[in-house]
Amino acid sequence: MIEMLKGYLPEMLDNLPLFPPQASTMAGEVDALTFVWTAISLVSTVIIVAAIIFFMVRYRRRSFDELGGGELHAPMVEVVSMAIPFVICMAMFVWGAKIFIDLERTPKNAVEYLAFGKQWMWKYQHPNGLREINNLTVPVDTPIQLTMTSEDVIHSFFVPAFRVKQDVLPGRYTTIWFEATKTGVFRMFCAEYCGSEHSLMGGKVTVLPKNEYDAWLRQEEPERADPVSSGEQLFTSLSCTTCHTGDSPRGPALHNLFGSEVKLASGESVTADETYIRDSIVNPRSQIKEGYAALMPTFEGQVSEEQLRDIIAYIRTLEGPPVAAPAGSDAEVALAISADGPSAEPKTTVPNSTEPTEAALSYASAAMVGGQ
Amino acid sequence: MSAHAESYDPNVNYLNRDWSLKSWLLTLDHKRIAWLYLISVSVFFAIGGFFAMLIRMELLTPQGDLLSPDTYNRVFTQHGVVMIFLFLIPSIPAVLGNFLVPLMVGAVDVAFPRLNLLSWYIYTVAGILVILALITGGVDTGWTFYTPLSSTYANSQVMLVAIAVFVNGFASILTGLNFLVTIHTMRAKNLTWGKLPLFIWAMYATSLINVLGTPVVAITLLMAGAERVLGLGIFDPALGGDPILFQHLFWFYSHPAVYIMILPAFGVISELIAAFSRKKIFGYTFIAASSVGIAILGFIVWAHHMFTTGMSAYAATVFSALTMLIAVPTAVKVINWTATMYQGSVSWETPMLYAVGFLGLFLIGGLTGVMLATLGLDIHVHDTYFVVAHFHYVMVGGAIMGFLGGIHYWWPKMTGRLYNGSISKVSAILVFVGFNLTFFPQFLLGYMGMPRRYHAYPEEFQALNVFSTAGATVLGLGYILPAFYLTYSLFKGEKAPANPWGAMSIEWQTPSPPPLHNFVTPPVITEPYDYEHELIKEQIAELKKHVKPQEVPLG
Repeated sequence: MIEMLKGYLPEMLDNLPLFPPQASTMAGEVDALTFVWTAISLVSTVIIVAAIIFFMVRYRRRSFDELGGGELHAPMVEVVSMAIPFVICMAMFVWGAKIFIDLERTPKNAVEYLAFGKQWMWKYQHPNGLREINNLTVPVDTPIQLTMTSEDVIHSFFVPAFRVKQDVLPGRYTTIWFEATKTGVFRMFCAEYCGSEHSLMGGKVTVLPKNEYDAWLRQEEPERADPVSSGEQLFTSLSCTTCHTGDSPRGPALHNLFGSEVKLASGESVTADETYIRDSIVNPRSQIKEGYAALMPTFEGQVSEEQLRDIIAYIRTLEGPPVAAPAGSDAEVALAISADGPSAEPKTTVPNSTEPTEAALSYASAAMVGGQ
Repeated sequence: MSAHAESYDPNVNYLNRDWSLKSWLLTLDHKRIAWLYLISVSVFFAIGGFFAMLIRMELLTPQGDLLSPDTYNRVFTQHGVVMIFLFLIPSIPAVLGNFLVPLMVGAVDVAFPRLNLLSWYIYTVAGILVILALITGGVDTGWTFYTPLSSTYANSQVMLVAIAVFVNGFASILTGLNFLVTIHTMRAKNLTWGKLPLFIWAMYATSLINVLGTPVVAITLLMAGAERVLGLGIFDPALGGDPILFQHLFWFYSHPAVYIMILPAFGVISELIAAFSRKKIFGYTFIAASSVGIAILGFIVWAHHMFTTGMSAYAATVFSALTMLIAVPTAVKVINWTATMYQGSVSWETPMLYAVGFLGLFLIGGLTGVMLATLGLDIHVHDTYFVVAHFHYVMVGGAIMGFLGGIHYWWPKMTGRLYNGSISKVSAILVFVGFNLTFFPQFLLGYMGMPRRYHAYPEEFQALNVFSTAGATVLGLGYILPAFYLTYSLFKGEKAPANPWGAMSIEWQTPSPPPLHNFVTPPVITEPYDYEHELIKEQIAELKKHVKPQEVPLG
């Protein structure tokens, strides 16, 4: 019996890890906050429970008709018992808020990956266009930003070892960032209930040493072109070029659009972020730019979420003044632009676009996203 | 009232004056309506408990092998819907509140007895709709009905349940309105606001939330229904809607609903601690005022359920800070209750065991609640078993402990019978121990990262899930026992005197069970919990005469 237990016990303890691994730069900070809160809770619980037990025993009713003493007058007890929790709560609030803001503020040098949630799988896309399903491979010690959207209901991206979580919403983009500090394979869960197979909508995050990651990237053949080129192709094949060239009265030029303020026909002003561009494609009439007629048809159902991302990636690379339109039809101009590819763009501030290189590189630099 | 006093027959009370079914189903007596509610909420507690048992059995093993994923999703959704809307929300207000509000304010009934009966029928219709939904395929959206899952994607009886919750809202609103008007207009002469029992203050605060908050959830579910049936784009982005809008509207009610469930328990605990310490509650004014304060503050903290939706850091910090603020008066209440026992005459009767059990469990529920309000920590544990454990500590450890404590305390008044003291103490201890065994491991599971609403889970989570299921067995036993000994006491229990506990509150001044119109003679109004008053000494001396010397309980 005892022998059996001896053999069984270590295995049981192995199966009873009470703590998730700490594998990101934020994990230690979150755990420190948790430890301090746990200590505060433990001390308060012990004090209160000890008082309850002591009073119950010390003042236990001695005779049938015994009454309690008169009313306790101790205004200081109330003041102190209000002040102490208040001070503790406010201090912990500030600490918690600081961590939250750190979690919200993506480091400037983060590399952008994409994640698409759908019932019941995760699709990821690397900056070079390489795609993965349910398993995300990332390099260690590199800040990674995931820009995420859902193709159906709300999901939530959760990696316990990184202590990060972000809901993934249909119809808009949310972001999450992390920097893995340990190599290995970590569990990833969908944390927002999403229907039948919710509990199977998990996966892994594989963290590789940087050199192994690079080797792995080279070895995995991207099944499709990089996002910017794909986006550019779509931009042409969907005839976006017919109107969005710069001198067409039908549609505004899209150069330098990303991140700028757009004045809408409704009088509102909005920042042209990724969600704005996405909305303008699938639901264009909701935010017509000032000075333009509501001509654009919706592309809802014609483009997948991944294709939308490609188009956005392409639009993000459009910088500088729009190409001067030679006399001729809009469509010709558009073809002229698309034939040259992004490297033929007018001079931009992106340094490595000076060398004519693959679009992937230029996209990689575009993917260095700034803080919000 | 004097007319009743003249015709008063001590052998006739509100129960035995007429046992016909008609006299029960058409009763306008608040005390009988309390019984109608007690029987109905008990039935739904049993149904909700059955679903809980299925959940715990499924989670014994990591593979989802007992139930299919779709069945499991229905089971946990139905557990939540039944427990929250059909048990927890009506439990203390509609059972104990209905029985006690008129008694405690010295009135003959509530202000609108017909509305009171109507509210039970509305509740029953809602309950039947839910049962219909369970029979015809069930519902699998989670009790939170998040869109667009509920409005576009779910293939279950979402509409039927949404309509049930909508209908049930009217029962809450009518009961709340009834209590507000009763407390405002029907207090006995000289029973000023400052003399009201804290249970009444708690009922007042709860009723405010019921009246102000319930319409919001009703309308929200109606909108989700309109989107589902008519395709109106409100929440589904594919139709031009906003899914987060649903969460804001839903939690605008459902966070205050947490206080609908816990404030009544605060009220009960205040009564129990004072009665079993035979001492005026410490900080009466603070507890009374903070109940109303919490009810109001409760309306402006809802978005702390949504920190991971990608809301702006500005909004998140404001909601986090406000949530912290609401925790402070709650913490002070626990200290008030504890300090009341100081220099008291503390008896260890069954209701008191529930009350101190409540203090311990609610303390843990509250502290983990503040942890969850802390932004950086919430991101990690949001939607994990940490949250599940937290709200069960508050809802089960708080609200249900309060409900059971209250039922055990007022049972002699409601039935005129005493129950077995020893077995009821055993069951109170089983509930406490079983509860902790069930839910404490879930804090650890949550921090390890086990998400909630998972039908199958990774193997490393199994050991703690086995603990939890084992604990649930003990907890279940603790809940089943009262059904037996309380029912037994109804028929075979010893007759209860008017004031079996020697407690100082006006509902103990009338016979047990009370006559139809509650009081034979107008009750003596004193300061609240005035254990230095002559009246309590007389009552205890009277009580002592009826007990054989060898049976004198010290408590």
